[in-house]
Amino acid sequence: MLTLSDHILDITENSIRAGAKLIEISIDEDSENDLLTIEIKDDGHGMNPDAVQKVVDPFYTTKTVRRVGLGLPLLKDAAERSGGTFQLKSQENYGTTVKATFGLRHLDRQPLGAIINIIIILIISNSDIDFFYKHRHNDRRFEMDTREIRKEIEDIPVNHPEIIKYIRGTMEEGLREIEPEA
Amino acid sequence: MAKLTIDDLKKIKEKVHNEMSLRDGDRRVKVTVHMGTCGIASGAKEVMDTLLAEIDAAKVHDVIVTTSGCMGLCSREPLVTVEIINEPPIKYEYVNPNKIRQIFKRHVLAGEIQTPFVLAKGSEITK
Repeated sequence: MLTLSDHILDITENSIRAGAKLIEISIDEDSENDLLTIEIKDDGHGMNPDAVQKVVDPFYTTKTVRRVGLGLPLLKDAAERSGGTFQLKSQENYGTTVKATFGLRHLDRQPLGAIINIIIILIISNSDIDFFYKHRHNDRRFEMDTREIRKEIEDIPVNHPEIIKYIRGTMEEGLREIEPEA
Repeated sequence: MAKLTIDDLKKIKEKVHNEMSLRDGDRRVKVTVHMGTCGIASGAKEVMDTLLAEIDAAKVHDVIVTTSGCMGLCSREPLVTVEIINEPPIKYEYVNPNKIRQIFKRHVLAGEIQTPFVLAKGSEITK
């Protein structure tokens, strides 16, 4: 994992496997407190307290095809390497929230990377799931919600090439305006 | 560039509706990029970006792209499965942007399996 976007794509995969219908991805850059917060919240089937204890153990996984599960441990490591924290809250039948903080200007913080590409990949390959992307940079905010887009386009699938082009366009514009420093 | 608005979305909707009535949106090929932790860490995202750009450039509408998780062969990632309708799926191993370009042009568009990159033919069986 070279960028934080890679982690986001990876962790969101967990939400998708948990049967989530809405996934909220929020990125919060707070220059004053030198803090970058990434939160991924889903409404999937959640985990029991026992599983929550084990998720950051690299040798814990719910999959049967291999014996290791590195997604969350890698994110935790990336956060702690930059002086940040990792937190996971989950409730069975309600969903899971993963929150990682990073030192915004810490030398060992991985760059955010191509976040727009990640969101586009997620939407294209999971057209039945809604994504709510929030990005804040101090007092500037950008939001993109596929539920809003779906309302306008009616029967056209949200992963139709023309719609994807539109989403990419709005995201490029929006992010240019808030000038992310991550 | 003018700011994109909800009105633009409405225009796109009308345009797409008109086009939809002109051609049937049959799905001929499904391409799956395996995107577990292992896939992403070994470059599946770059493969996916390249594939999407190629599809866009070729202006084809009968290819659908999807992702899947890890299937247990982490050491051979990035893995890509090409499934042409009524044909057994072909799994490609160690895919990179150049290989996916070739797979797209030769296999997806022209139907020629790119044997040197193939890992296996058929579906995986999960225990």
